[in-house]
Amino acid sequence: MMPEPILDIQDLRTVFRIGGRDIAAVSDLELSIAPGETVALVGESGSGKSVTSLSVMGLLPKKVGRIASGTIRFRGKSGVTNDLAQMDGESLRRIRGNDIGMVFQEPMTSLNPVYTVGEQIAEPIRIHLGRSHKQAAEDAVKLLADVGIPDPARRARQYPHELSGGMRQRATIAMALACDPALLIADEPTTALDVTIQAQILELLAKVQAERGMAMLFVTHNLGVVAEIADRVAVMYAGRIVETGPVDQVFAHPRHPYTKGLLRSVPRLGEATALKRAGTPLPTIAGSVPSLANLPQGCSFAPRCPYAIDACAVAVPALVDAGEGQLSRCIRWQEL
Amino acid sequence: MTTFITRRLAIGLVMLLALSVLVFILLRLAPGDPIDAYVNPTSPLSPEAMQALRERLGLDAPLPVQYFGWLRTAITGDLGYSIQRVGVPVLPLVMERIGPTLLLMAAGLIIAIVVGVAGGIISAVRRNSPTDIGFSVVAFIGISSPAFLTALLGLYFFSVQLRWAPSGGMLTPGMGFSMSDLLAHLILPACLLSIGHAALIMRYMRASLLEVLNQDYVRTARAKGVREFFVIVKHAVRNALLPVITLIGSTIGIAVGGAIFIESVFNWPGMGLLLVNAVETRDYPVIMGATLVIGACVIVVNLLTDITYAAVDPRIQVA
Repeated sequence: MMPEPILDIQDLRTVFRIGGRDIAAVSDLELSIAPGETVALVGESGSGKSVTSLSVMGLLPKKVGRIASGTIRFRGKSGVTNDLAQMDGESLRRIRGNDIGMVFQEPMTSLNPVYTVGEQIAEPIRIHLGRSHKQAAEDAVKLLADVGIPDPARRARQYPHELSGGMRQRATIAMALACDPALLIADEPTTALDVTIQAQILELLAKVQAERGMAMLFVTHNLGVVAEIADRVAVMYAGRIVETGPVDQVFAHPRHPYTKGLLRSVPRLGEATALKRAGTPLPTIAGSVPSLANLPQGCSFAPRCPYAIDACAVAVPALVDAGEGQLSRCIRWQEL
Repeated sequence: MTTFITRRLAIGLVMLLALSVLVFILLRLAPGDPIDAYVNPTSPLSPEAMQALRERLGLDAPLPVQYFGWLRTAITGDLGYSIQRVGVPVLPLVMERIGPTLLLMAAGLIIAIVVGVAGGIISAVRRNSPTDIGFSVVAFIGISSPAFLTALLGLYFFSVQLRWAPSGGMLTPGMGFSMSDLLAHLILPACLLSIGHAALIMRYMRASLLEVLNQDYVRTARAKGVREFFVIVKHAVRNALLPVITLIGSTIGIAVGGAIFIESVFNWPGMGLLLVNAVETRDYPVIMGATLVIGACVIVVNLLTDITYAAVDPRIQVA
């Protein structure tokens, strides 16, 4: 029996008002994360993965984006479960940075250039935990030490431009962890970093998660990163989850043609030379992602899918149980 | 920091020197001289007598001789004597006028900064709302109105018609000094002086804040649960102010021009009025002295702007 999830999203539909018309960036989204679990949300740009995390945070662009329907049940540190989709702005603000921490993609631009690193980490501690300036500043130094920054007292007094990219990302992680959140949302936290630094940041995230027993929603487009950090993975395509399941299971036996295509197009060590010798290019998925404003009838992936049949264009396939904890939104999953 | 200030002051001295050459040449290129202006047209002097006067004042000497003669005494701090007010030394004359001008300009600038920054923030936060559009229209009218027009219209409406404020001067004659009297005289010219600047600052502040509000660190602040008010005031405005500070620094020189108009209209006993009188009477030493003192003030204010900039933005190293 799975423990009661920390985050349980049901039937989420998030729309953007563009040119007088509501365009769904996320539809029929179901996702749950258990305490201490890491779930990776994978997809291409525009697949809706970042919109999903912004919907949870209540940070959709004002006036343009809104949650049209669905529930986002979240159990905070106090043990009380609330539906984030129904909460007003002020209640969401009390949850942000407190029960849910968030790490963003660009460490270069996600820190405010005119405040010291220490001040920026201390800020949520003062806001949510009501500590004094002095206490919060001391806590910030401890957090910097926790995320592996040497000489934390000196670094806390420095400004973001005095830190390297990797160190800034450590600082934003410290900021997200400041109030000991129940859930950490990491939106492409390693994408902007050098490969060697990526590995360090992944290691750090895994370490702090294990130490704190925190749940983590890890948004990325990098399948290699998913394999490294996540317990479960949800693959998104054109605003919908097309396949979800335990990482090992999904990687070994993809039950959706899109996942299969994605996995095939990841180059493996030595494979590139072999392919070159054989004269075949690296496999890709034919075609391109459809516009969200103009999705095809039925399965959004059908026009690019080598397995597509007439039945695919009739209706959007439901997420069906494919065994071993895997769910697939493909009507022909058994044949894959 | 000390090196920076010393270097800037040295550059400032060179600029003052260049300014003195420029003003000197421009004055001599203008038709007429102090003697023409001095002589009463109803009882004309003979050309010989005028020539004798020119010789006595050294106005017939070659220009370089005149300039270096002026410069030699100016370096010692002696800016010479007024030609029209016989026997009155220039330096004390200018120094007693600098106070009122600085007061008027400082008051105008403070009003412009407060109104401009606040208006810009409101406009940016309520982007495209009726408030924003209203502010924008007012700002464009403010930017496009020349100082002499706003000064005269302001004088007419607020002093003559509504009688809210005195129509001129700095203090009521015959009354002792009182702060309230000074403020009553100051408020209208200062407000009118601030209009153009407030409008310009408002536009810059709006544009700058709109750009900053799209920055990642503003989203980070929201993700931390910072109250929206502090997201704007603490995280966004301080960053948005940086280009506005540059703007304020660079428009102070222009503000001098506005102040001269306002001083003439409101009979404010400042540098502007002195300068206008001096230009009308071709009083060369006074014009030179007044422009140099104004130039020095602008240079010092620009230096202060750069220091402020460094204080607001930690990425700027003053060295």
